[in-house]
Amino acid sequence: MSEQIINQPIISCRDVHKWFGQFQALRGIDMDVQKGEVIVIFGPSGSGKSTFIRTINRLEEHQRGTIIIDGIELTHDVRNIERVRSETGMVFQQFNLFPHLTVMENITLAPMRVRKWKREQADEVGMQLLKRVGIPEQAYKYPGQLSGGQQQRVAIARALAMQPKIMLFDEPTSALDPEMIKEVLDVMIELARSGMTMMVVTHEMGFARAVAHKMYFFDQGQIVESGTPDEIFKSPKEDRTKLFLSQVLSH
Amino acid sequence: MTTATVDRKILPPPIERYTVLGWVYKNLFSTWYDALLTLGSATVLYLVFAPMIGWAFTTAKWEVINANLRLLMIGQYPPSELWRIWACLYIAAIILGVSWGMWVRGSGGVGIALIVAPFFFMLFPSLELNDRLNLGGIVIAALAGFFIGRARGKSLSRLTTLSWIVYFPLVIFLVRGLNEEKQFFGVIGSNFWGGLLLTFLLTVVGIVFSFPFGVLLALGRRSSLTFVKMFCIIFIEVIRGVPFITILFMSQLVLPLFLPAGLTLDRVIRAMAGVIIFSAAYLAENVRGGLQAIPKGQFEAAEALGLNGFQTTIYIILPQALRAVIPILVGQFISLFKDTSLVAIVGLYDLLGISRSLLAQPDFIGRQPEVYMFISAIYWMFSYVMSYISQRLEVRMGVGER
Repeated sequence: MSEQIINQPIISCRDVHKWFGQFQALRGIDMDVQKGEVIVIFGPSGSGKSTFIRTINRLEEHQRGTIIIDGIELTHDVRNIERVRSETGMVFQQFNLFPHLTVMENITLAPMRVRKWKREQADEVGMQLLKRVGIPEQAYKYPGQLSGGQQQRVAIARALAMQPKIMLFDEPTSALDPEMIKEVLDVMIELARSGMTMMVVTHEMGFARAVAHKMYFFDQGQIVESGTPDEIFKSPKEDRTKLFLSQVLSH
Repeated sequence: MTTATVDRKILPPPIERYTVLGWVYKNLFSTWYDALLTLGSATVLYLVFAPMIGWAFTTAKWEVINANLRLLMIGQYPPSELWRIWACLYIAAIILGVSWGMWVRGSGGVGIALIVAPFFFMLFPSLELNDRLNLGGIVIAALAGFFIGRARGKSLSRLTTLSWIVYFPLVIFLVRGLNEEKQFFGVIGSNFWGGLLLTFLLTVVGIVFSFPFGVLLALGRRSSLTFVKMFCIIFIEVIRGVPFITILFMSQLVLPLFLPAGLTLDRVIRAMAGVIIFSAAYLAENVRGGLQAIPKGQFEAAEALGLNGFQTTIYIILPQALRAVIPILVGQFISLFKDTSLVAIVGLYDLLGISRSLLAQPDFIGRQPEVYMFISAIYWMFSYVMSYISQRLEVRMGVGER
């Protein structure tokens, strides 16, 4: 939006809390993300990092605090939720492609139904995106006929087709075989360098080192430590961060 | 032989070849207890079927079928309007032929059976010449469809699917007619529908109307709106907890009480209402099974893309859920086809009802075995074709599944 004030964060979270029954998954998360920033969130399993990224597009509902995305506050208002969702793309650990649709149909469905694009326009953009993620020749196959790495690249193209301002990645490489991780990370690195605002939950420290502007270490529903990759890797302040990094980087 | 360090040549898989005798030996007599079981089963089969076949070809008096063939097939449907039934059959033959040529391609046992069936009916001496010509014409139409389907391939896919969807409402329209006053293509009331025709119409109407109704009930049952959900649960559970025959009696006797004054429905329409209600409740539960099989990630992916609830249901959830339950739905439709024979109890002349009334005539007393054998064969033939088609459909729909 043109009237946006300079330096107003595109994602702004204040004191975000979330419970699953008695269990408190998020305990007061504060985070600001500027336009064009790449954020990496890491931490042990069960630390609330996936829950947090899913509150950003309301797949999970936060119960206390405020989340403002590009000037729109996430409340119970369905119109706000839909506006936020059409401005944020999400990539999942399990890809979640639609198995009954071809790759091209997966990509063009939302632009045609939500943005009301014509088929030709959607197909053209779809093909451009497939070229960008490196698999234009797979356009008319079904997801089940692709490898995991190809499926995840289709998922990225599908999310990009809605021309989002923010991309959310929830452990995008955790379900992939080692030799396929690189092809997905390459796409993500290219995306990061193109200036996309990204929030990535991942343990791929190489990716973080290469493109992250800021890293957040989550544990037990809280942000334990945050900083630039240099700060986090070279001089982590907290013991828990040191311990976790030593475990992740040891091999 | 090459050494282990060099890549070995890629070899074709070993071919297993048997002579007929070899096959018989391997599969039927390979051990002494195999031989014993083979001989035992052969004896049982012989003891059961030999008398039956002997009866069918010697003692049985098939004249009762021959004399009443028209009645059994179409009941009291006016002979002058028979062309409409033929039209339905011709259209079915063409669409079936195209589907067969396009999706199944090979001839296949059932494909041949479908071609042979009309010739079987030609055997009946009571048929007139034009009936025979029409039966032959249907075979030609089916074959023409087959070759068109095979030649044009998948380019007709969408059109054929659409034709099937349009076909069933079209049948109802053709059989019933259009205009109250006009002579040509006038309305033929449902009290004239009978025999196999009525059985078919009950099934077709049951399927066509219970399908959307059942899908809505299934979706409603998962709705977050309390009243919608309550209504759907109560409807489904009440109907499923009551025998079909009770629903048929209720639809005959109770339904008229709820209709506004002046509006009367004839008995066939009332029976159809019963069939639809019954079928919809079961269909809803089957579809719900399919809906529950959809992983949560599918909903999340659709939501994350900004699709609203309606779009998610139409484009993502239902196509997958329905595809998953096709075998179950076809099974349900086959049951429905056979269950419609219960309308004979409430006094309609479907295939079973008209048989019962035939057998009550003095001329045909004691001809129960022939008549019931004949209509069993008819029920079986159509059920088996439906079942076979659904198997092919499953194989075809399997393409691109996860």
